[in-house]
Amino acid sequence: MGYLLEVRNIVKRFGGLTAVNNVSMGVAAGEVVGLLGDNGAGKSTLIKVVSGVHRADEGKVLFQDREVDIGSPMDALAMGIETIYQDLALAENLNTPANIFLGREKMKKALGILNVLDHEYMHEESRQVLEKLDILIPSLRNKIRALSGGQRQAVAISRSIYWDAKFLIMDEPTAALGVAEQKKVLDLVNRLKSHGIGVIVISHQMHDVFSVADRLVIMRRGEKVAELVTKDTNADEVVSLIVGAETVRK
Amino acid sequence: MTRKSGFATFVGQRWAVLFLCLEVVVFSIVGQGFFSLNGVQIVLFYGTSLFLLATAETFVIVTGGIDLSVGFVMGFSAVISARLVAAMVLAGMTPLTAIILAIIATLAIGLLPGLLSGFLVGRLKVTSFLATFATGGIVYGISLLLSGGGETKGVPDLANVIGNSYFLYWARGKGFSIFTRPEVARGTRVIEILPSMLVITAVVVIVAAFVLNRTRFGRHTYAIGGNEDAAVRAGINIRRHYLVIYALSAFFATLAGIIYMLEYITGKPDAGTSFLLDSIVGVVIGGASLYGGAGTVWGTILGCLILSVLETGLRMAGVPTFDKFIAVGLILILAVLIDQFFPELIHKED
Amino acid sequence: MADNSLAPAPFSSRSSAMAIFGRNWAVFFLLVMVVVFIFTGKNFLALANLQTIIYSATTSLLLAFAETFVIIARGIDLSVGYVMGFSTIVCAGVIRDLYATQFGVHWPAGVAIALGIVAGLVASLACGLASGILISRFRVPPFIATLGVLGVAYGFTLHASDGGFPIAFLPNVLTEIGNGYVYYYNPVLHAYSFFAPPAGTTGPQIKELVRLFPNALILTLVFLVLLWHLLKNTRFGQHTYAIGGSMDAAVRAGIDTRRHLVQVYVLSALLAGLAGIIWVFQTGQGNFVPMGSNLELFAIAAVIIGGASLNGGKGRIMSTLIGVFIISIMANGLTLTGVETFWRFIATGVILIVAIVVDQLFPDLL
Ligand SMILES: Nc1ncnc2c1ncn2[C@@H]1O[C@H](COP(=O)(O)OP(=O)(O)O)[C@@H](O)[C@H]1O
Ligand SMILES: [Mg+2]
Repeated sequence: MGYLLEVRNIVKRFGGLTAVNNVSMGVAAGEVVGLLGDNGAGKSTLIKVVSGVHRADEGKVLFQDREVDIGSPMDALAMGIETIYQDLALAENLNTPANIFLGREKMKKALGILNVLDHEYMHEESRQVLEKLDILIPSLRNKIRALSGGQRQAVAISRSIYWDAKFLIMDEPTAALGVAEQKKVLDLVNRLKSHGIGVIVISHQMHDVFSVADRLVIMRRGEKVAELVTKDTNADEVVSLIVGAETVRK
Repeated sequence: MTRKSGFATFVGQRWAVLFLCLEVVVFSIVGQGFFSLNGVQIVLFYGTSLFLLATAETFVIVTGGIDLSVGFVMGFSAVISARLVAAMVLAGMTPLTAIILAIIATLAIGLLPGLLSGFLVGRLKVTSFLATFATGGIVYGISLLLSGGGETKGVPDLANVIGNSYFLYWARGKGFSIFTRPEVARGTRVIEILPSMLVITAVVVIVAAFVLNRTRFGRHTYAIGGNEDAAVRAGINIRRHYLVIYALSAFFATLAGIIYMLEYITGKPDAGTSFLLDSIVGVVIGGASLYGGAGTVWGTILGCLILSVLETGLRMAGVPTFDKFIAVGLILILAVLIDQFFPELIHKED
Repeated sequence: MADNSLAPAPFSSRSSAMAIFGRNWAVFFLLVMVVVFIFTGKNFLALANLQTIIYSATTSLLLAFAETFVIIARGIDLSVGYVMGFSTIVCAGVIRDLYATQFGVHWPAGVAIALGIVAGLVASLACGLASGILISRFRVPPFIATLGVLGVAYGFTLHASDGGFPIAFLPNVLTEIGNGYVYYYNPVLHAYSFFAPPAGTTGPQIKELVRLFPNALILTLVFLVLLWHLLKNTRFGQHTYAIGGSMDAAVRAGIDTRRHLVQVYVLSALLAGLAGIIWVFQTGQGNFVPMGSNLELFAIAAVIIGGASLNGGKGRIMSTLIGVFIISIMANGLTLTGVETFWRFIATGVILIVAIVVDQLFPDLL
């Protein structure tokens, strides 16, 4: 099976606690996988292994069919694995282009000698990537502070896409949003599929996951308890798997 | 966090006390007459303003703020009280009545800057740094206005008698007497124990320590400094609390200003300026965190003792006093670095 | 997300006229103040007075620019006034020791001055490095780190000046440059010249000389443009804003935040050191600025009045310029109207409060 990203037999312990126990899963290009589980099930820990925050105690990570060693968040970014954190990591005091280009600003020569920021270029490129993803931001010159939660989410995602993200990890992307905004972010995730990007979405909102995910991976107490195809299951079944009421399906 | 060796932990936890002991030993060896009743009293006497201002600063820092106005408020109240005494004496009052009335009035007026800062911080959500800076600027300007920039004259000598009196006197053949110097023949030695102003300071500091440590008000102060949102949700009226905190801070500073007036029979706007640095350093050495939620009055007093022993010791050892600033700066940095390496040890909640 | 039904941004938009006024109140305030002084002041508009304002604002401006970078990066530098004093004493001390005859060394004034300038800058560089490293590497809060450096710098300053005696016997050329003008015109001789009065100007004619463009003004303009460019158009400036807005975002964007913070505090100290050197040129001696003059507090006030926030991520060179001019024109204007200088403190405090409150009413989103 041609996975874009695959983890095999990942184990992560914190002292005596095994937060992730022998979990394997994969995501293909253009596929969205929902990662579900109760609080403390180990979802965040698992994805942090992929995004370079934690190093697994056992198991391996494969990206584009090659085993990779992700030692830091920078390593992950360099490979094109981007994580959209709940707090988004945007500089609220800067505008959209400044955030999209943060740390990788485009410079130009002024008067033949001075190296200055190329504001026009960054503005234009930002406009294009937002257009490509069908994202509407009232004015790119507005600071992030002036944007709504969903718009911020969209800016964070566009930044990843602009810098050639091949794989996107979203931990609770809709947790802080209003209903209308949630829908927009989910639409955006759906559009990412058509760009051939692999996505893992962690969410508590059953509705969210069902509307975007192709497959579901369910974790309980650090272990993977089920892997389901979204269209063959329903919310009730998933909930009972999450809380452990139903016997484990292999 | 990696485990530290037992010795390092021991030192890290108690470095302030150990440092104080070290200072005392060193200065006793190199300083003439440092290790004596007199030496101790000089240390403590120098410390009175510092103890008061640093106690003020402790309350504010525990809430996570900083009070830049304490030194200015001290100068302000020194000027106000001196002006009031002088004016009342001029109006024909007896010195004693004038002094008492002026002290009462100054204590009341001195609360105003605190209320202004407290209002700005609590109600208008202004950063404490800026709120107290603005208040400090205003208060300093008013002090300059009232004093004409110089020293205020016309305070009766009685103030000096009170300001430099001792709590206890002992003379051969006369035994102990309280507050009043025994009448003795010239050349007879009178032993003076505990400056009165120190006793007043001590009482105030003990009450302050009790308030911060043992009362609900004190608990709420830590709660606000630890997590303001949580404190609000727990139903603490933080607007009122900030008002009281900054008023309290101004009260301590005002007291320091009044004591200054009594000791030097004058008031000048700069009376407290040089104490701002020392008072913050004292609090930080005492283990408080500038992020709020940690710190005790006793820790602060320990920090201030380190500074006042340093000041007095250097002077007695004949080192130019301005070298003190280098030492204070270095000690401050040292204190914070130790704090970085042993955070969980020093920030233990009483 | 192609439709236009975007959720409302998390602020209620006030009428735009109000918002424009709110965000630019400092400019309006400055204008109103100037108008008031023109009508009430005795000599406010006189050329000499305008040049005095610029002359005396030079050092305040440099300190405030230093503070601008630090405050945008969500820090504070309490040491600027003392680093300035330190640099003054070191610079003047080196010049005196190399130049003055009573020490038996006879370096040419030019060499002595050049070395003095270098020494002053090195001294302030050391202060900036110390603050920067303490803050970025050892995570000491900026307030404390710079307070510690303040103490050490002040101690050394007092030490080097024997407890605060002015360092005198410096070459006269210092004040000739420091208090000089770019353009001189002698109406009697109908002659003009640059940087020094026209040749042949006699004693009595000195009074008649028309002097234009103080050297201090030129220097101020140069720094204004340089620092404006640095903040607005370079990666350094952009990253300073990012670090102040969200340290987290800056780190995750791959910015070397530690190194950047060190650079910010070094820049701040160097600007303060430069102010100290200019002070030597303006006064012709090494007279350190004593404790209690609160230079750093006025610098911080100017930055905040200009619209920056201690919460970081916000502030501009031009806004700081306005903040500095509000304070220094106020001081100048009040003196000319016969009001005593203590109003400077009171008025600065009041304006500061106004600035902060206005800032909260009109969050700037553009
Ligand atoms: N850095 C850490 N150190 C120690 N324990 C941790 C750490 N991170 C997570 N854990 C523990 O690992 C378990 C799984 O946490 P997490 O992956 O955050 O769960 P989820 O995201 O599914 O809610 C929890 O019991 C949590 O307390
Ligand atoms: Mg989680």
